[in-house]
Formats: sequence, structure tokens, C-alpha cells
Amino acid sequence: MNTKPYAITLTPGTSLANLTGTWRTARPVYLDRLPPCNNACPAGENIQGWLFHAESGDYEQAWRVLVENNPMPAVMGRVCYHPCESACNRGQLDSSVGINSVERFLGDEAIKRGWKFDAPAPATGKKVLVVGAGPSGLSAAYHLARLGHQVEIHEAGPLAGGMMRFGIPKYRLPREVLDAEVQRILELGVTLKYNAKVANIEQSMKDGGFDAAFLAVGAHIGKRAMIPAGDASHIVDAVSVLRSMEGEDKPMLGRRVVVYGGGNTAVDVARTVKRMGGEPIIVYRRTRDKAPAHDFEIEEALQEGVMIKWLSTIKQAGAGEITVEKMELDDKGFPQPTGEFEKLEADSVVLALGQDVDLSLLEGVQGLEIVNGTVQVGGNMMTGHPGIFAGGDMVPSERTVTVAVGHGKKAARHIDAWLRGTVFEPAPKHELAEFTKLNPWYYSDADKTVRPVLDIIRRQTSFDEVQGGLDETNALFEARRCLSCGNCFECDNCYGVCPDNAVIKLGPGKGFEFNYDYCKGCGVCVAECPCGSIKMIPEET
Amino acid sequence: MGFQPVKFYQTGTFTVGNRLLAADERSVQADLSRSNSINSGHRACQGCGEALGARYAIDAAMAESNGQLIAANATGCLEVFSTPYPESSWQVPWIHSLFGNAAAVATGIAAAMKVKGKTDVRVVAQGGDGGTTDIGFGCLSGMFERNDDVLYICYDNEGYMNTGVQRSSATPPAARTATTMPVGPEPGNPFGQGKNVPEIAMAHGIPYVATATVADLRDLEYKVRRAMSIRGARYIQIFVPCPLGWGAASHDTIRLARLAKESGMFPVFEAEHGEVTGVLKIRHKVPVEEYLKPQKRFAHLFGKNAHPETVARLQAIADRNVRKYRLLDEEGN
Repeated sequence: MNTKPYAITLTPGTSLANLTGTWRTARPVYLDRLPPCNNACPAGENIQGWLFHAESGDYEQAWRVLVENNPMPAVMGRVCYHPCESACNRGQLDSSVGINSVERFLGDEAIKRGWKFDAPAPATGKKVLVVGAGPSGLSAAYHLARLGHQVEIHEAGPLAGGMMRFGIPKYRLPREVLDAEVQRILELGVTLKYNAKVANIEQSMKDGGFDAAFLAVGAHIGKRAMIPAGDASHIVDAVSVLRSMEGEDKPMLGRRVVVYGGGNTAVDVARTVKRMGGEPIIVYRRTRDKAPAHDFEIEEALQEGVMIKWLSTIKQAGAGEITVEKMELDDKGFPQPTGEFEKLEADSVVLALGQDVDLSLLEGVQGLEIVNGTVQVGGNMMTGHPGIFAGGDMVPSERTVTVAVGHGKKAARHIDAWLRGTVFEPAPKHELAEFTKLNPWYYSDADKTVRPVLDIIRRQTSFDEVQGGLDETNALFEARRCLSCGNCFECDNCYGVCPDNAVIKLGPGKGFEFNYDYCKGCGVCVAECPCGSIKMIPEET
Repeated sequence: MGFQPVKFYQTGTFTVGNRLLAADERSVQADLSRSNSINSGHRACQGCGEALGARYAIDAAMAESNGQLIAANATGCLEVFSTPYPESSWQVPWIHSLFGNAAAVATGIAAAMKVKGKTDVRVVAQGGDGGTTDIGFGCLSGMFERNDDVLYICYDNEGYMNTGVQRSSATPPAARTATTMPVGPEPGNPFGQGKNVPEIAMAHGIPYVATATVADLRDLEYKVRRAMSIRGARYIQIFVPCPLGWGAASHDTIRLARLAKESGMFPVFEAEHGEVTGVLKIRHKVPVEEYLKPQKRFAHLFGKNAHPETVARLQAIADRNVRKYRLLDEEGN
């Protein structure tokens, strides 16, 4: 019986019967790429990951993702030189995302609201000795404690923080911020013994029954330079000056203070002297662009009235004055003496020429290798002596708080594996989400939020913090400037732009899937994905 | 006036949706329950702009009419690739009659609905630029002139792509087609007036005329919804790049539509009763070369035997559009 209309011989059907996926020669696949900020972070933070939560205003979750890698966001948000921002893809669009300022906002929120770390893993019964309560030691202690190990920090000094306290002035890092973040680490169950200098590491380990040790004693011995000096000359080193700022007896440097060196420590000392009412003058043998200090720090120092004599070396120091020799750069950029001399009034000279490591605790330890005053470690942060790991300023690397924190985390993971008799294998890195992988058309135009800066008079006369923080509205704005490079943020573009309805939307938080029965492999979704989270791969032939 | 964008959440309303936008700030296309008017399995080429534009437009019309929609379709790619007997991709009541009579068929449907008292059922007619600007033009003009209650949507891919890429009155000057080969002193389609149907529609004084592209989904959806909120004759021309006919990569479909708008080659505007009421401003102005170079139909203008004077004439067309429709913000001028 024919029930079809006149002249119709085939039953009408839907085009779903036509599997156009067979046309395809290449297929789109979703992937996570490594955002350049994450790639650049010495502490290995998942920056894009925590910004993702900050974008939705869930600051606590953002903070929790942040502290999976770094326990001190309020400190980092003040002292980190943020290589993440230098690498940020948004820098090629307008200006980089203010990652550092959002990090500080999250850190300050955590202190304000009293957020605590997640509870540690079940106890492993292993004991680890951490020597030094600086950024590296605190970071290692935190990560080891989270992994369930019993951690004891032995600190030679009377206070925690290491160079964060004795090297970084208050106007950059208020001490209550540091104290709050240290305290939170201790509340995880970490024991911290003050005034407990480790004289012999092997003995200390044996005495305390420790299964492993992490050394992070830093580099606290100021380097000396051979300056012919009269008896009446007053020469001190920068580390001692900054350290004594933390005690009752402030350093007596006089009015005219010459700071010798071009690094961040030299700038810190000069700015400290300015705040104490002195007249600092930095003497450096090369030029501003060759100085190791960060340019913004030099700029801030100049704003505050610090004098800087470029291309100069100190030839002689006498009572109340020094003699400097003018230098000039040769073809290779090295400073060469010119034979021209000049006298400068100077009540004291502060040497800021870098620091050496106090290695006395390592005497007699088998298998250690010391090169140029630093302890050599392997890729797993272990020294030549099994079970003794080291990190921070005492191993060869860039000497910043962030690098030290990164060492602490890395060492903790390897110590954990070593204690379990395994080897820690970091997850393979995703391919990099370069700017060329993005489609920047889709991002709103939005300039960076600038943090408030303390007025100049208070900067010259007080130790109040120079750089202010963001408040909630502009922190949210700043977080939302993130391009989410290489990681899907559910903008629905792929779902919308597919001419073949071949993208399946799985719902909030679940992302998307391709329906390869119908996907023709045109690649529009890849081209129109703002963040580069889809790529084409050839079909197998 | 015009589509009001959300200024800022990471991507604002530039993207289809966004996990943190309120539901009413998202596009129809972001919605899991969009009607998918043209379903999967259609036989359009990879990266077809017309398939995409038709789904964008008809889904928006379906959303605005609460699913009470009938579509008439002119002959052309859209009809051929969506409905090879006995299969159909359409998930709306859909009728095809002839190449040139889509506007007349839609008029008839609208009249029938009126007679039956079904005022909630709305009617769209759709066709390519061939079926609209050439073959169906008489019916279209009649529909305008009588102010019939039909939204006519023209998917403009600038040629007869279904039959093998022949020239239409919407083909741009200098473009290579099967009937305008790149030979002689003025290679490709000769410079002439072409046929600017949006302006001709405006000259009929009908209630609503708009242009849109597949690169600006939010603007497109706004215009379809706006048109659906009005009774009488309405016309929307949607710019839909054709990877096959233009000799472009299939993944460049939306990019080309964006470049056409950003260069000024395709002005995006809306008009009511013959007067322009809003334009979609150029966001990042680009020279026409950026739009022309990815397309093989303009390849003869570049390379060894380049025709810089022809490119300059095309740039002049773009510049004129920018001036005429005030496509740049005052400060960017």
C-alpha cells in the first residue's frame, strides 16, 4: 500500500543520515597549551589557573589554586619581579595583565579573611630537617608538610623570613604581611626553632633522627672589595646595614652615605638611607642600562632623591671623603679606568657588591661539590650527598625570592619521592601558547590598572609601603584582562561558529566535544578560538 | 541605537557566549536549546559561510517568533546543499519553489496566514545573491512595494556558486569568476555600478533594512530580532564568504567576513523607512589588500603582473563606504 503523496517514491528523511565526517582530512582537537606566564614563573605557579577563578570573583578558590605552588602570595605580590608579566601575551595587545597586583590582592584578602591552607596529607612518619627560614626553606617546609612529612626548620637568627626580612626594606614588604604568611605555614604543623644555627649538618640530622635535609641558608656574607682605606674611614657591608634596620640599634652611617654597587641591594640601601634622613649617593662602575638592579627600582630611587654616579669606582676611602675614578666602557662594554679622579664627601661607605654563602655547616660532609662558593645540586636539587638537598641563594641560580620559593617546591617534591624510594617525574610540559596561536580580535580593549603609589614626601621620610594595592573592583577588572592563553574559558565560540553543528556543548565547567560524525574539518573553530585551545591534526590515512 | 555590546568581561560580547555573562546577555547560538534550523549532515562545502549565516539568522528568527516560523527558499546553494531529495537538514517548515519567486511565495504564505487568522506565524524568505539581486529581483521589489509582512534574507556570497562560480550583480569589481576571467586590460569583473540591493530596498521606504556579516554574530542576531519585531516588508543582507568560489581557505570564512567589514568593503548598517539609523563601526581599520590577498579570485591583482591601480580603485570604494556610512569613530577619523 502506498501512503506516500503523489509522485513521492522515497520516504522523507533527515540529513543526519549523511555522515559528513567522512570528508575530513584533518580533525580539530581540544588541548591545553602552556600559558607564557606559567612558563615564565620561577615558582611554577599556575597563574592562568588562579586568574580563571579570580575572573569569576571566587577569590578564595583563586587563592587556593595559587597556594598549591606558592604559599606566600601577599609577599610575592610585593617583592616578585614578575617575569610572568614580561612574558604575558597581552603585552603584545595593549599592556600585560597586572598579575603581580592581583596576586597581592589575593594574598591580602587571605590575610584579611583568615583563610587557612587545606589540611596536609596523612602523616608519612618521615622527618625532614630544613635549615634556614628564608623563602626557600619556608617553601620547602610548606610543601613537605602538605605531603604529610614532619618538618622542623632550624633558623640561625631570631626571626623568620631570611632575606625577605633582613634584605628587603619595609617600604617594599611590611613585616606584618611577612609575619602573617609565615605564621600560616607554621600552623600547618611545621616546627620552627629560632637561634638554632646548624654547625654540622650530619650531626644535626643524626641527633634529630631526620630522614632527609633541605639546606637553604642563603647568602648573607657581604662581598668585600679591596679599597685602600684610612683608619678613620667607615666601611660597612650592605647586608649588615639592612639587617641592623630590623633591630633596636639602627645603623650609624652619618649624613653623606656612599653606596658602592649597582644591584637591587645597593638601591635598597640607598633608599633606606634616604628615609633615615641621610643623603645617599650610589657609585657604580658601569652605566644604568648595564646595572643589575631593576630599572623601575632605579627610577623610584631617583624620584626619591637618591644620587647616582655612573661609570665610577672608589679608589680610596679616607676620613669624611672618598676618591672616585671615572671609568669609560670599552668596545666589549667593560669599564676601563680613565685616570680622572674626583673627591666625594662621605661619612661612610656601604659595600653592596653581592653576597657569599656561609658554608661552614657543610664541613666534612662527603660527596659535596662546591664551585665558586655555591653548593652544586642535581636536577632533583640533591647535593652530592644522598639525602641532603639544597636550594635558594646557596646554589647557583638567579638570587630572587621567587626563584628561592621555586627551589623549595621543587626540592620538596624530590625529597618526598626520595623518602618514598621513588623518583619524581614532573608532568610533561604542554606546548607553549604563543601569541600567534591566539585570535586577539575577540578580547575587549582594556588598559592595565595602575596601582596607587605613595606620595613622594612620605616616600622620602617614612618606611610606609611605596606601592599600594588594588581594591576588589579593579582587581576583578585586572583579572578579567587575562586572555586565558591556551586554556578554554568557555566562550562558546567553537559551539557557535561551526557551520555543521559538529560541536557538542557539555555544560558549565565541562567544556566541549567534537562530533566527528559530522565535522568536515574546515578549521573555522580553530581559527576563531580566542585562546588557542583547539588545534588541527591530520587524519590517519 | 543598534546593538549594545557588553563592554567588558574579558571578551565582552565579541564571542558567541561567555561563562560569566548572564543568560540574557548571551547569543542565541550559545544556547543549548537553539533550534539548529539547519542540522548536521548538510552537503555544504567545508567552512561554508552561507550554511553558518543561515543557521545564525533562522535560529534567531525562530527564537524571536517562539518557533512559529515558515521559510521560503529560492534556488541556490542553500537549497541544494540542505535538501537533496529525500533528505532535508531543515528543522523549520520550509518550502522551495523556483529560483526567482521566493519573495512571491513568501508573500503568498503571509497572505494565507492572515486569512487563517494565524497572526503569530511569521514568514521569512531567503535566497542567495543570485536569486535575490538578479533572478528574483522583480518579485522582491514587488514584495517591498506592497509592504508584505515578510522578512527577506539574502545570503550574499557575491556570485552563483552552486552552478560553478559565475558572476552575479553582487560580484565585486575585479573578482575572477568563471564568466569574468582575469584576462585583458581590466581583468576580472569589470568596474560598474553593480547592484546595491540594501540601498534599493531603502529606496522603497520599507520599515527595516540591514546588512550583517557572519563575523559579527551579536550584531546579526540583534538585526534579525529587530526585524522580527516589525510588521511589513523587511530586508537583511548577510555577507557570507564562500571558500570554494572565492578561492579561500575553509578556516578563513569568518576572518574574511571580518576583514570585509574592517576594510570598509562591506558596510554594516541598518535603516528604517529609508534612513540609516545605525552603523557597526570599524574597530581596527585595515587596507583592502588584507582582505583581498587571502582570496584567489583577486590573486591576479598581486604578484608578478600586479595591478596596483585596480587595488587602489577597490580601496577607493572602501574609503567611500567609510565616508558615506561614517564607519570610523570620529576620533579614529
